[in-house]
Amino acid sequence: MKPPRVHRAPILFTVTVLVALFMIGPMLVSILAGLVQNYSVGIASGFTLRWLDEVWSVYGSTVGASIGLALACVVCTIVMGVPCAYALARSRSRAARAFEELITLPVAVPGLATALALILAYGGTTTFRQSFAFILVGHVVFTLPFMVRTVSSAFQRHDLLAMEEAARTLGASFPQRFLGVLVPAVLPSIVAGTLMVFTLSIGEFNLTWMLHTPLTRTLPVGLADSYASMRIEIGSAYTLVFFIVILPTLWILQAASSFVQKRYAT
Amino acid sequence: MFALNNRRGVMLACLAPAAAFFFAFWLLPFARLITLPAEQGWSAYFDILTERRYVASMFNTLVLSIIVTVATLVIGAATGVYLARHDFRGRSALLSLLTLPLAFPGVIVGFFVILLGGRQGLIADLSHAMGFGRVTFAYGLLGLFLAYVYFSLPRAIASYTAAAEAVDMQLEEAARMLGASRWHLTRDVWIPQLAPTTVACGAIIFATAMGAFGTAFTLASKVEVVPITIYNEFTNYANFATAAALSIALGIITWAVLFAARMVSGASPANQEAK
Repeated sequence: MKPPRVHRAPILFTVTVLVALFMIGPMLVSILAGLVQNYSVGIASGFTLRWLDEVWSVYGSTVGASIGLALACVVCTIVMGVPCAYALARSRSRAARAFEELITLPVAVPGLATALALILAYGGTTTFRQSFAFILVGHVVFTLPFMVRTVSSAFQRHDLLAMEEAARTLGASFPQRFLGVLVPAVLPSIVAGTLMVFTLSIGEFNLTWMLHTPLTRTLPVGLADSYASMRIEIGSAYTLVFFIVILPTLWILQAASSFVQKRYAT
Repeated sequence: MFALNNRRGVMLACLAPAAAFFFAFWLLPFARLITLPAEQGWSAYFDILTERRYVASMFNTLVLSIIVTVATLVIGAATGVYLARHDFRGRSALLSLLTLPLAFPGVIVGFFVILLGGRQGLIADLSHAMGFGRVTFAYGLLGLFLAYVYFSLPRAIASYTAAAEAVDMQLEEAARMLGASRWHLTRDVWIPQLAPTTVACGAIIFATAMGAFGTAFTLASKVEVVPITIYNEFTNYANFATAAALSIALGIITWAVLFAARMVSGASPANQEAK
């Protein structure tokens, strides 16, 4: 839907060009900075992969940890969030609205507060505190509302009510109806929720920095560490590693999402 | 399994896992966070309202967040309206590049500003080459402002582009035919049409800026914001009660702003991400 006539807009055009430079410029600078021999000399110092190598040997483990954590987070939010979204979509009671409001609080409140609360409550249980499960719990609390909201609005579609009713009159039990009819019908939203949860988890820093231990480090935690203690080329190379990890995953998930959308669109 | 045949039972069974998890890992810990300062006679709550350092930190954060929100909304709206109304080659690629930073952790945004305005930054090199000495702005208010605008803009651009695409063009055409100037067009057509987006998006940007920790942490800014104060109180001074009281205060502010915006526009806070 394009406008019939486009009028010249010199001010808007200038702002857009400046915004594009401001947003894209730093990404390019950081990518180049991770690949040059010496940042203060610039491109003239020649290109190298040695900073990437160094990042891989010092921080390599954080890549797998972050991806694993994000996948676990997706599984947890689907298992707990999808049934919850269904119940919230079917209930119009005030209690249900209040519950929905309540589980969204971890998003409305700064991550630092949630992290502090978790540490005060469970910091004493050493095995839990020192495992990745501690970070996972924080990520799930923070991302669950995104999954619930996305899937819940899909469950509210009117045709779904009729489909569910039909399955019920045909004698399907609730688990059969839920897994056989309802979940496939809202699959596009589950995939959309997955995309959101995965991206949020892999980039999460505010909670994770407080919850991590030297043995449980994620990619953003490692990034902060390298910015504070390493030379600028290593920080840049590590940022490049983050791009290399996040971009293909986002593309794959986005492709999966549009595939599912086409296939299951009603 | 007979409970599953009863509708109420089914609903409760569906809610139970999420409810139990939320109770154990958010509600209970948060209750602890709220009552912790009380163990010292509520004085921690009083301290954060009277102690100069905490009040200054809260003031910095509020002013910074308000300025960032206003600047981001104006710039984001201009960009969004332009992108919605002009088709050119690479438009969708540009749009996805501009919204890509939504997936970046706040620490990366802080690092970007250091690359530009830090001691070894591009601007320092340029100003040195031009004979002005090494100009740095990354570690002060300007650095913080630029970084916050950087991580807020993608959301504003995405929201305004979507909203401007949905605006009825006939309204603008009609106004033009009646001889409306560019300024009148903006004031009487665009601003009212985009008002719901401005409210919803503005609240989310403000709340995200108030709670942003990673960016300020990386910049090690001279200007202290509340999340950094909380972190310092907790880690460096082991002053748990004050850290808890400040977190609660910050949480109440961000929640209230998001809630108010939702009452006005009906948007969901689960569209927000933390930086």
